[in-house]
Amino acid sequence: MLLPVGFLAVFFAWPVAGLIGRGFVVDGDFTLGGLRDVLAAPRTWRIIGQTLGLAVVGTAAAVLLGIPGAYLLYRCRFPGRGLVRALVSVPFVLPTVVVGVAFRSLFAAQGPLAGLGLDETFAAIVVALVFFNYSVIVRTVGALWSRLDPRAAEAARVLGASPVRVFVTVTLPSIAPAVLSGASLVFLFCATAFGIVMVMGGVGFGTIETEIWYQTTQLLDLPAAAALSIVQLVVVAGALSVAARARTRAEQALRLRGDDTAEQPWRARRDLLPTVITAAVVVVLLGVPMISLVVRSFVTADGWGLRNYQLLATTGEGSLSVPVWTAAVNSLVIAGQACALAVLLGVLVSLVASRRPRRRVLSGGVKLLDAAFMLPLGVSAVTVGFGFLITLNRPPFDLRTSPILIPIAQAIVALPLVVRTLLPVLRAIDPHQREAAAMLGSGPGRVLATIDGALALRGLGLAVGFAFATSLGEFGATSFLSRPDHPTLPVVIFRLIGRPGADNFGMALAASVILAVVTAAVMAAAELVRPREAEL
Amino acid sequence: MSGLAVTGAEVRYGDLVAVDDVDLAVAPGEIVALLGASGSGKSSLLRGVAGLEPLTAGRVCWSGDDLSSVPVHKRGFGMMFQDGQLFAHLSVEGNIAYGLFREPKQLRRERVTELLDVVGLAGYGKRRVSELSGGQAQRVALARSLAPRPRLLLLDEPLSALDRNLREHLVGVLADALHTTGTTALYVTHDQDEAFALADRVGVMENGRLLQTDAPAVLWRHPDSQAVAAFLGYGPFVTGEVSQRLGGPDAPADRLVGIGPAALLPDSGGVVLPLIEQRYQRGEVLVGVQLPDDQPATVRLPEKVPDATLQVSLDAAGCVSVPVG
Repeated sequence: MLLPVGFLAVFFAWPVAGLIGRGFVVDGDFTLGGLRDVLAAPRTWRIIGQTLGLAVVGTAAAVLLGIPGAYLLYRCRFPGRGLVRALVSVPFVLPTVVVGVAFRSLFAAQGPLAGLGLDETFAAIVVALVFFNYSVIVRTVGALWSRLDPRAAEAARVLGASPVRVFVTVTLPSIAPAVLSGASLVFLFCATAFGIVMVMGGVGFGTIETEIWYQTTQLLDLPAAAALSIVQLVVVAGALSVAARARTRAEQALRLRGDDTAEQPWRARRDLLPTVITAAVVVVLLGVPMISLVVRSFVTADGWGLRNYQLLATTGEGSLSVPVWTAAVNSLVIAGQACALAVLLGVLVSLVASRRPRRRVLSGGVKLLDAAFMLPLGVSAVTVGFGFLITLNRPPFDLRTSPILIPIAQAIVALPLVVRTLLPVLRAIDPHQREAAAMLGSGPGRVLATIDGALALRGLGLAVGFAFATSLGEFGATSFLSRPDHPTLPVVIFRLIGRPGADNFGMALAASVILAVVTAAVMAAAELVRPREAEL
Repeated sequence: MSGLAVTGAEVRYGDLVAVDDVDLAVAPGEIVALLGASGSGKSSLLRGVAGLEPLTAGRVCWSGDDLSSVPVHKRGFGMMFQDGQLFAHLSVEGNIAYGLFREPKQLRRERVTELLDVVGLAGYGKRRVSELSGGQAQRVALARSLAPRPRLLLLDEPLSALDRNLREHLVGVLADALHTTGTTALYVTHDQDEAFALADRVGVMENGRLLQTDAPAVLWRHPDSQAVAAFLGYGPFVTGEVSQRLGGPDAPADRLVGIGPAALLPDSGGVVLPLIEQRYQRGEVLVGVQLPDDQPATVRLPEKVPDATLQVSLDAAGCVSVPVG
């Protein structure tokens, strides 16, 4: 138990606190001047407004499009459903940089949709955010919907309610906790979006997250960055507490209804509208950017060809310090290390957080632990990365030059996903199972290994997949910590897309395709062993 | 003394006293059933004996050794749960062998085969738990709890989740299995047919207290109190005077006569009573009549009665005498 808590304290709490503290202490004196200056600046309020605007519009769109998707993919049975579900879940695990590049390839000057004039606009970023978060709503709402007892709706129908009235008065209130839970997660992901906004926003748009990056790396204004970090913490804590409350209600709602799946065969008359909406989303919103990315990666100055991929063996005429393939190998090695670390810690945290102690003090402690390990989900990855740089640069933890820093930072970012995958599986274990094992003579250790451990294994595949995919695509923290001679693939892609020249753009597209294919392959393998209880 | 000895046991959940000062002994080889309505505290007592619930007062001893501070897995007791609690990630074989982890492999395999035989599921070892019917699952649960040869087997309403026919069949399987293996058992149920069919002695619990513990025949013929008699199915309770007017036994002023389920008989020379209702139950007609003291009572007849009254008399052999209150 001390291992994960100590790890989180040293590699999360301390760097974040260090960075925030830096904002309040000027020349050895405590001052609120920095915070006041930042809050007085009109630029700050413009950034906060843009962040909340993006998050609100992105969340609303994801919810509106996601609910019909959840209905179709989790409540109806039709051939090919598994394939569509898998397709829909791909965007969520795509590296944010890849998503950004994919949409740039659509909207930018030579792109197929350049005529819409959406490049570097609010609307384009919202579309990308919805692309990224659609599956979160589909999955959280769908998981509850698929187990919703259909008899309540049938009772309403028999009492004379029209299908619309049944949906509004019976179904919607039942799935509301899941909608709220999914929406608060999406809000969180939108409000802290970094990679997508960095790639797509240009100079006109920023979020709190990109502004922290700008203030720290470009202006070296630490008080401003610290103040923004605090603002972001407030937003994140709010969204997380709504999510936690909604999750508790969703679990209670499930308990009322039992575990029977309530799927029904697809019927054209009844299911036409959700089918049309979902088909449009899958083809236009999800399909077009991914296909465009792949297609354009084969476009070269002299027609179709593999030139962009061949260039990956070079440094792009000096744009990069190492060839792209070297960066890809770096990424795989680092992701492997981060994944091992995140899964080890995630298993320990989940085992402890799944206990339901009799004593009130202990059960309060368990709740606190659960919440503490969710924080990295929302705290700016940029804050973590920059915090590492300024706090881990002197004894007792002089790790600034150590190559282990990047995997550690990525493990911190991946940890909440691992916990959210394993914890629901462990929480679903009937406490009587542990009692039965104890009655058969098993001590606490053997109960842990043969009951908790055996069942946690079911979630482990997905957890490993999430951890590996997240680390592979992690950009926020890594962009601070990666050294020029040892970059990862997302860092290289970001550098390429920022350089002029068709070859650089082509290489960025090709590298994005490679990264997307690897990530999708990892997640596809992990999805095969998905436990029913997983929340993401 | 040998066997289980529970003295002054108390289990509290906050302000609620679920088990209140219970004394209970189970001799080696004996099967004791605890009978009570839901909420009577019988399951809490069982969990207290197992160590799954801490006793707030009192002691649990086995052959004189105090087990109060011994953890669950070191007490050498077994438990069969109401819903089986089979481990879904293990096969039937894996479930039964779960408690045999200290035995060598060969012995484990033999014991699994032997127990599958005992519960009548020979050849089911490789099956997945999810492929079993409710009755089969409970039989595997029984085999699993018997496998480590527990010195005391605790059974927590093991059949109450099954339907009636299956339950009646499995009571036989359970009784055979417990007797052939010579297992000492404490059996909790709300069904007195189960308790009477299985147990050497039956205890009746109400509101956390153990009211009376006796052999089935003694309990049936000589209930200590009106509460025990009422739980066993006696009723209504009438004064000696009313009983005698119906042709039944007399009782002193401080006692009542409990009318057993088959004690009121149709009798052409008996007392004329008004009918309240008539309904069928398993091939018989239950006829509700109003006694002279206005209490309702039931007479069992083969056919419905065409009239508005019935002549009955009270059979002394079907009645018990209990103290007032």
